[in-house]
Amino acid sequence: MNGEIGVRGEIMAATLPIAVPTAIANKIWVKDVSRHFQTANGPLPALEGIDVQVEPGEFLCMVGPSGCGKSTLLHMIAGLDHPTAGEIELDGRPVHGPGPDRILIFQELGLFPWLTALGNVEFGLRMKGQGKKEARYTARHFLNLVHLSQFEHHHIHQLSGGMKQRVALARALAMQPDVLLMDEPFAALDSQTRDLLHDELERVWSETGQTIIFVTHNVREAVRLGDRVLVLSYRPGRIKNELRISLPRPRHIEDSDVARTAKKILGYLREEIDKSVRAEYHDEDVE
Amino acid sequence: MKTLNSVARQFVFYALLLGLWQALAALKLWPPYLFPTPAGVLEALRTGFSDHTFLIGIGVSMRRMLLGYGLSTVLGISVGLLLAHNDFLEETLGRLVVGLQSMPSPCWLPLAILWFGLSEKAILFVVVMGSTLAIAINVEAGLRNLPRIYAMAGRNLGASGIRLFLLVLLPASLPHLVTGLKQGWAFAWRSLIAGEMIYITLGLGQLLMLGRDLNDISLVIAVMFVIAGIGFLVDGLIFRTVERNLRQKWGLAKSV
Repeated sequence: MNGEIGVRGEIMAATLPIAVPTAIANKIWVKDVSRHFQTANGPLPALEGIDVQVEPGEFLCMVGPSGCGKSTLLHMIAGLDHPTAGEIELDGRPVHGPGPDRILIFQELGLFPWLTALGNVEFGLRMKGQGKKEARYTARHFLNLVHLSQFEHHHIHQLSGGMKQRVALARALAMQPDVLLMDEPFAALDSQTRDLLHDELERVWSETGQTIIFVTHNVREAVRLGDRVLVLSYRPGRIKNELRISLPRPRHIEDSDVARTAKKILGYLREEIDKSVRAEYHDEDVE
Repeated sequence: MKTLNSVARQFVFYALLLGLWQALAALKLWPPYLFPTPAGVLEALRTGFSDHTFLIGIGVSMRRMLLGYGLSTVLGISVGLLLAHNDFLEETLGRLVVGLQSMPSPCWLPLAILWFGLSEKAILFVVVMGSTLAIAINVEAGLRNLPRIYAMAGRNLGASGIRLFLLVLLPASLPHLVTGLKQGWAFAWRSLIAGEMIYITLGLGQLLMLGRDLNDISLVIAVMFVIAGIGFLVDGLIFRTVERNLRQKWGLAKSV
């Protein structure tokens, strides 16, 4: 991998007369980031010394027990939260706030109940400066992609849990961001719909070359989708393991290779999950 | 079917009420100047509308309402925004607003008359004081209790500043805003009638007092019907319809 960067650097240096910074190869660089929250019982370290480099076009999955700060990390990359220490770089420039190049699909979705499904998908496009007609056209295309064309005029509360997740997916995809940040986006789906959306997401990703950071608690899903899987530890969240998944694509969640790799990761994860469960039970005892 | 039943039940209820009224009046338990007959009140209503006194009264009162309530809406929303935006103001001015709101609005009348004399301004002052605070409190509550996810989702999709406010925060707090406007209306309406009863003008409140001065119980009851009717029309029809539509669209619980 280092060799590749070297070659790219040389080519660029040869074609461009001016000096080119060498650190461009990372799409995202989470540089030694920590995030502590202030609580009534003193500071709570959610993330500690996270250092991740994400290549352009990489599909990175993160697994970890609940409370390991996965969502916090995504929020920080999206520019909606800020590290207590460290820095996050996008294309070599520090992230200071949200931008249309990074779209986050929230765990709680954050769809707007005052808009229809179509209105929700159009929203970001209009913010980006697309005209009414253009936004409508793009929004329809992406609603069609998640098989919701017939529900475009429905209000959010009229849709099932799975449909809502698909609207959120369409809303993010329609923005055609360089970086797609996904926080357990398929958690509430039935397995058929989820398989279908795995295929769709993989197809869109391979067509667009988007960089995806995908948080899940489903290890098989992580192996099914990811080029690389990071295992995070329980509070404070640290990177415990890192696994490159070189299984050929397309994969399926029921593939035996996927299952075998997932089992291995689950082994790393088990200890952390136990810790988180113990902590939660302990909390309940205290209450 | 269900609504039909409900209408039928209401019809029966009011028919019974009217029957009871008629029966009591026919028994002549009280002198007619204390207990009017339905026919007398109907006659007062007919005369009131045909000689235009009621229409003028409604017109004058409604003009004051539009002016006072309109002013309250602008003021109330502005104050509410300020309170929601600034923690210091919330702790100081916000507490004061809540305290003042607990005061019945006719309490402002003597002050208004001392400041403005027996004038249009005095009534307007009472109306504005009565409803601005209710609107401000609800606007503030709406913005303060907004789930954080809406603002985050909006920013994530590229909205910021005034667009974030107008396209995300404001619609997200719409249910509270409508509640505030509805309460504001109710307070304004009560304050107006109270104010109009105090001094000689052409409004509905003054018509009510005219009935008292003339010892015309039928007129008093007739004007009360008109006042209740307008309240029902605005509150029961306009605001409730807006609220119902909003709740249906958002999928909120049926009513609070």
